[in-house]
Amino acid sequence: MPAAGVVLIIAVVAIVLALVYYLVSTIVQLRSITNGLDEVIASVGEIVDKSAPVEPVVADINDNLDAAVSALEGLLVKKAGMEDAVGLVEGLYPGAAAAGLRDFPESREVTPPRIGEVYTKGTLTLARLGREAPIATGNPAGPALRNVESGSLNARLLYPEIRQSRPELMPRSPVIGTDAPEQHEQRDDIGKPRKRMRSA
Amino acid sequence: MTLWWIGDIVLLVVVLPIVVYLLGGVLKAATSITPSVRRIADAAAAGSKDLDAVPLLLTTQDQVRQTVAGVANYGGSLDVIIDDA
Repeated sequence: MPAAGVVLIIAVVAIVLALVYYLVSTIVQLRSITNGLDEVIASVGEIVDKSAPVEPVVADINDNLDAAVSALEGLLVKKAGMEDAVGLVEGLYPGAAAAGLRDFPESREVTPPRIGEVYTKGTLTLARLGREAPIATGNPAGPALRNVESGSLNARLLYPEIRQSRPELMPRSPVIGTDAPEQHEQRDDIGKPRKRMRSA
Repeated sequence: MTLWWIGDIVLLVVVLPIVVYLLGGVLKAATSITPSVRRIADAAAAGSKDLDAVPLLLTTQDQVRQTVAGVANYGGSLDVIIDDA
Protein backbone atom coordinates (compact mmCIF):
# COMPACT_ATOMS: atom_id res chain seq x y z
CA MET A 1 0.00 0.00 0.00
CA PRO A 2 1.35 3.38 -0.90
CA ALA A 3 2.16 5.85 1.84
CA ALA A 4 -0.55 8.17 0.63
CA GLY A 5 -3.16 5.42 1.23
CA VAL A 6 -1.92 4.91 4.77
CA VAL A 7 -2.17 8.61 5.49
CA LEU A 8 -5.68 8.62 4.02
CA ILE A 9 -6.75 5.80 6.30
CA ILE A 10 -5.25 7.58 9.28
CA ALA A 11 -7.10 10.78 8.38
CA VAL A 12 -10.43 8.97 8.01
CA VAL A 13 -9.91 7.16 11.31
CA ALA A 14 -9.11 10.46 13.02
CA ILE A 15 -12.27 12.02 11.63
CA VAL A 16 -14.36 9.06 12.74
CA LEU A 17 -12.83 9.17 16.22
CA ALA A 18 -13.59 12.87 16.48
CA LEU A 19 -17.15 12.22 15.37
CA VAL A 20 -17.55 9.44 17.91
CA TYR A 21 -16.13 11.47 20.78
CA TYR A 22 -18.17 14.58 20.21
CA LEU A 23 -21.39 12.81 19.29
CA VAL A 24 -21.23 10.53 22.31
CA SER A 25 -20.55 13.53 24.57
CA THR A 26 -23.48 15.35 23.00
CA ILE A 27 -25.72 12.34 23.52
CA VAL A 28 -24.75 12.22 27.19
CA GLN A 29 -25.56 15.88 27.61
CA LEU A 30 -28.89 15.51 25.80
CA ARG A 31 -29.81 12.61 28.07
CA SER A 32 -29.04 14.78 31.06
CA ILE A 33 -31.22 17.52 29.61
CA THR A 34 -34.02 15.03 29.02
CA ASN A 35 -33.87 13.89 32.63
CA GLY A 36 -33.94 17.50 33.84
CA LEU A 37 -36.93 18.27 31.63
CA ASP A 38 -38.72 15.23 33.01
CA GLU A 39 -38.33 16.70 36.50
CA VAL A 40 -39.53 20.07 35.22
CA ILE A 41 -42.59 18.52 33.64
CA ALA A 42 -43.40 16.67 36.86
CA SER A 43 -43.11 19.87 38.93
CA VAL A 44 -45.12 21.90 36.40
CA GLY A 45 -47.79 19.20 36.48
CA GLU A 46 -47.94 19.56 40.26
CA ILE A 47 -48.24 23.33 39.89
CA VAL A 48 -51.09 22.94 37.42
CA ASP A 49 -52.89 20.46 39.67
CA LYS A 50 -52.43 22.54 42.82
CA SER A 51 -53.43 25.83 41.21
CA ALA A 52 -56.49 24.42 39.46
CA PRO A 53 -58.96 25.18 42.29
CA VAL A 54 -57.53 28.65 42.94
CA GLU A 55 -59.54 30.46 40.29
CA PRO A 56 -63.06 29.46 41.42
CA VAL A 57 -62.18 29.92 45.11
CA VAL A 58 -60.71 33.38 44.58
CA ALA A 59 -63.65 34.29 42.35
CA ASP A 60 -66.05 33.24 45.10
CA ILE A 61 -64.10 35.26 47.68
CA ASN A 62 -64.14 38.30 45.41
CA ASP A 63 -67.87 37.91 44.82
CA ASN A 64 -68.52 37.84 48.55
CA LEU A 65 -66.28 40.82 49.18
CA ASP A 66 -67.87 42.71 46.29
CA ALA A 67 -71.30 42.10 47.76
CA ALA A 68 -70.10 43.27 51.17
CA VAL A 69 -68.54 46.40 49.73
CA SER A 70 -71.68 47.23 47.78
CA ALA A 71 -73.87 46.69 50.83
CA LEU A 72 -71.66 48.75 53.14
CA GLU A 73 -71.29 51.58 50.66
CA GLY A 74 -75.02 51.63 50.10
CA LEU A 75 -75.71 51.63 53.83
CA LEU A 76 -73.15 54.36 54.45
CA VAL A 77 -74.54 56.60 51.73
CA LYS A 78 -78.09 55.89 52.82
CA LYS A 79 -77.47 56.73 56.45
CA ALA A 80 -74.86 59.46 56.26
CA GLY A 81 -75.57 60.99 52.90
CA MET A 82 -73.15 61.17 50.02
CA GLU A 83 -71.15 64.13 51.30
CA ASP A 84 -70.64 62.86 54.83
CA ALA A 85 -69.98 59.35 53.57
CA VAL A 86 -67.14 60.64 51.43
CA GLY A 87 -65.92 62.73 54.36
CA LEU A 88 -65.93 59.71 56.65
CA VAL A 89 -63.97 57.67 54.14
CA GLU A 90 -61.52 60.54 53.74
CA GLY A 91 -61.23 60.84 57.51
CA LEU A 92 -60.41 57.20 58.01
CA TYR A 93 -58.25 56.76 54.93
CA PRO A 94 -56.76 60.11 53.88
CA GLY A 95 -56.73 60.42 50.11
CA ALA A 96 -59.31 57.71 49.57
CA ALA A 97 -62.03 60.22 48.74
CA ALA A 98 -60.34 60.91 45.42
CA ALA A 99 -61.08 57.36 44.33
CA GLY A 100 -64.68 57.72 45.47
CA LEU A 101 -67.11 54.99 46.36
CA ARG A 102 -67.09 52.10 43.94
CA ASP A 103 -70.82 51.85 43.38
CA PHE A 104 -71.33 55.62 43.41
CA PRO A 105 -69.24 57.15 40.63
CA GLU A 106 -70.67 60.58 41.42
CA SER A 107 -68.89 60.44 44.78
CA ARG A 108 -65.63 61.33 43.05
CA GLU A 109 -66.97 64.80 42.43
CA VAL A 110 -67.90 65.38 46.07
CA THR A 111 -65.59 67.62 48.07
CA PRO A 112 -65.08 65.80 51.36
CA PRO A 113 -66.09 67.89 54.38
CA ARG A 114 -63.84 68.48 57.33
CA ILE A 115 -63.01 65.38 59.25
CA GLY A 116 -64.17 66.91 62.53
CA GLU A 117 -67.70 67.38 61.27
CA VAL A 118 -68.03 63.81 60.22
CA TYR A 119 -66.28 62.64 63.34
CA THR A 120 -68.74 64.54 65.47
CA LYS A 121 -71.71 63.06 63.69
CA GLY A 122 -70.24 59.61 63.94
CA THR A 123 -69.66 60.11 67.65
CA LEU A 124 -73.21 61.25 68.10
CA THR A 125 -74.52 58.27 66.23
CA LEU A 126 -72.46 55.84 68.24
CA ALA A 127 -73.36 57.64 71.44
CA ARG A 128 -77.01 57.21 70.57
CA LEU A 129 -76.34 53.55 70.06
CA GLY A 130 -74.78 53.40 73.50
CA ARG A 131 -71.49 52.02 72.29
CA GLU A 132 -67.93 52.89 72.96
CA ALA A 133 -66.79 54.70 69.85
CA PRO A 134 -63.71 52.96 68.43
CA ILE A 135 -63.13 55.78 66.00
CA ALA A 136 -59.63 56.54 67.17
CA THR A 137 -58.17 53.46 65.59
CA GLY A 138 -58.81 52.07 62.14
CA ASN A 139 -56.91 48.86 62.64
CA PRO A 140 -56.15 47.51 66.12
CA ALA A 141 -52.77 46.33 64.92
CA GLY A 142 -51.85 49.62 63.25
CA PRO A 143 -51.14 53.10 64.49
CA ALA A 144 -53.93 55.39 65.61
CA LEU A 145 -55.47 57.30 62.75
CA ARG A 146 -56.40 60.22 64.96
CA ASN A 147 -54.66 61.98 67.80
CA VAL A 148 -56.13 60.05 70.65
CA GLU A 149 -54.49 62.26 73.28
CA SER A 150 -55.95 65.47 71.94
CA GLY A 151 -59.01 63.88 70.46
CA SER A 152 -61.24 65.23 73.22
CA LEU A 153 -61.70 68.40 71.18
CA ASN A 154 -64.03 66.49 68.89
CA ALA A 155 -66.09 65.45 71.85
CA ARG A 156 -66.07 68.98 73.24
CA LEU A 157 -67.37 70.22 69.90
CA LEU A 158 -70.61 68.57 70.85
CA TYR A 159 -71.19 71.27 73.46
CA PRO A 160 -71.89 74.98 72.95
CA GLU A 161 -69.04 77.01 71.56
CA ILE A 162 -68.18 78.84 74.76
CA ARG A 163 -67.11 75.62 76.44
CA GLN A 164 -64.72 74.67 73.67
CA SER A 165 -62.46 77.60 73.04
CA ARG A 166 -63.32 80.34 75.52
CA PRO A 167 -63.80 78.70 78.89
CA GLU A 168 -62.24 81.77 80.56
CA LEU A 169 -65.30 83.79 79.56
CA MET A 170 -67.66 81.50 81.37
CA PRO A 171 -68.95 82.69 84.72
CA ARG A 172 -67.17 81.11 87.60
CA SER A 173 -68.97 78.53 89.54
CA PRO A 174 -70.48 80.01 92.70
CA VAL A 175 -68.75 79.28 95.97
CA ILE A 176 -71.18 78.05 98.52
CA GLY A 177 -70.92 77.47 102.21
CA THR A 178 -70.45 79.57 105.31
CA ASP A 179 -67.00 80.73 104.07
CA ALA A 180 -68.29 81.84 100.71
CA PRO A 181 -67.36 85.42 99.86
CA GLU A 182 -70.92 86.11 98.92
CA GLN A 183 -73.69 84.81 101.00
CA HIS A 184 -76.78 84.14 98.95
CA GLU A 185 -80.28 84.41 100.22
CA GLN A 186 -79.32 87.04 102.78
CA ARG A 187 -82.28 87.66 104.93
CA ASP A 188 -82.87 90.79 106.93
CA ASP A 189 -85.00 89.07 109.49
CA ILE A 190 -82.31 86.73 110.73
CA GLY A 191 -82.08 87.03 114.46
CA LYS A 192 -85.32 88.93 114.67
CA PRO A 193 -88.60 87.60 115.93
CA ARG A 194 -90.38 85.40 113.52
CA LYS A 195 -93.20 87.02 111.70
CA ARG A 196 -96.40 85.62 112.76
CA MET A 197 -99.51 85.31 110.78
CA ARG A 198 -102.21 87.51 111.86
CA SER A 199 -104.79 85.46 113.63
CA ALA A 200 -108.22 85.64 112.27
CA MET B 1 -0.24 9.86 -6.60
CA THR B 2 -0.13 13.60 -6.26
CA LEU B 3 -3.91 13.73 -6.05
CA TRP B 4 -3.82 11.17 -3.19
CA TRP B 5 -1.51 13.42 -1.25
CA ILE B 6 -3.63 16.45 -1.96
CA GLY B 7 -6.69 14.54 -0.72
CA ASP B 8 -4.86 13.52 2.44
CA ILE B 9 -3.76 17.07 3.14
CA VAL B 10 -7.31 18.36 2.58
CA LEU B 11 -8.71 15.75 4.95
CA LEU B 12 -6.19 16.49 7.68
CA VAL B 13 -5.95 20.24 7.33
CA VAL B 14 -9.48 21.23 6.29
CA VAL B 15 -12.09 18.51 6.91
CA LEU B 16 -10.89 17.31 10.31
CA PRO B 17 -10.63 20.80 11.90
CA ILE B 18 -14.03 21.76 10.53
CA VAL B 19 -15.61 18.58 11.88
CA VAL B 20 -14.00 19.12 15.27
CA TYR B 21 -15.05 22.77 15.37
CA LEU B 22 -18.66 22.09 14.45
CA LEU B 23 -19.10 19.15 16.79
CA GLY B 24 -17.36 21.07 19.56
CA GLY B 25 -19.89 23.87 19.15
CA VAL B 26 -22.78 21.43 19.38
CA LEU B 27 -21.30 19.85 22.50
CA LYS B 28 -20.68 23.27 24.07
CA ALA B 29 -24.29 24.31 23.44
CA ALA B 30 -25.64 21.07 24.87
CA THR B 31 -23.41 21.44 27.92
CA SER B 32 -24.61 24.99 28.54
CA ILE B 33 -28.25 23.90 28.48
CA THR B 34 -27.84 21.38 31.29
CA PRO B 35 -27.37 23.83 34.21
CA SER B 36 -30.24 25.97 32.91
CA VAL B 37 -32.52 22.97 32.90
CA ARG B 38 -31.37 22.13 36.41
CA ARG B 39 -32.22 25.64 37.62
CA ILE B 40 -35.62 25.48 35.93
CA ALA B 41 -36.32 22.15 37.61
CA ASP B 42 -35.36 23.60 41.00
CA ALA B 43 -37.56 26.65 40.44
CA ALA B 44 -40.51 24.53 39.36
CA ALA B 45 -40.09 22.30 42.42
CA ALA B 46 -39.97 25.37 44.68
CA GLY B 47 -43.05 26.81 42.96
CA SER B 48 -44.88 23.56 43.45
CA LYS B 49 -43.94 23.56 47.12
CA ASP B 50 -45.14 27.14 47.51
CA LEU B 51 -48.55 26.08 46.28
CA ASP B 52 -48.90 23.61 49.13
CA ALA B 53 -50.72 26.40 50.98
CA VAL B 54 -53.42 26.64 48.33
CA PRO B 55 -55.86 24.41 50.27
CA LEU B 56 -55.86 27.12 52.95
CA LEU B 57 -57.81 29.21 50.45
CA LEU B 58 -60.80 27.05 51.26
CA THR B 59 -60.50 28.18 54.89
CA THR B 60 -60.18 31.77 53.71
CA GLN B 61 -63.24 31.33 51.53
CA ASP B 62 -65.25 30.01 54.47
CA GLN B 63 -64.00 32.81 56.73
CA VAL B 64 -64.94 35.43 54.16
CA ARG B 65 -68.43 33.98 53.84
CA GLN B 66 -68.93 34.04 57.60
CA THR B 67 -67.53 37.56 57.86
CA VAL B 68 -69.70 38.87 55.06
CA ALA B 69 -72.73 37.21 56.64
CA GLY B 70 -71.90 38.89 59.96
CA VAL B 71 -71.41 42.24 58.27
CA ALA B 72 -74.73 41.81 56.50
CA ASN B 73 -76.45 41.12 59.82
CA TYR B 74 -74.86 44.18 61.43
CA GLY B 75 -75.73 46.25 58.39
CA GLY B 76 -79.34 45.15 58.57
CA SER B 77 -79.50 46.05 62.24
CA LEU B 78 -77.89 49.44 61.64
CA ASP B 79 -80.30 50.04 58.79
CA VAL B 80 -83.14 49.62 61.25
CA ILE B 81 -81.58 51.51 64.16
CA ILE B 82 -80.14 54.55 62.43
CA ASP B 83 -82.25 57.08 60.66
CA ASP B 84 -81.60 57.76 57.01
CA ALA B 85 -79.71 60.88 56.05
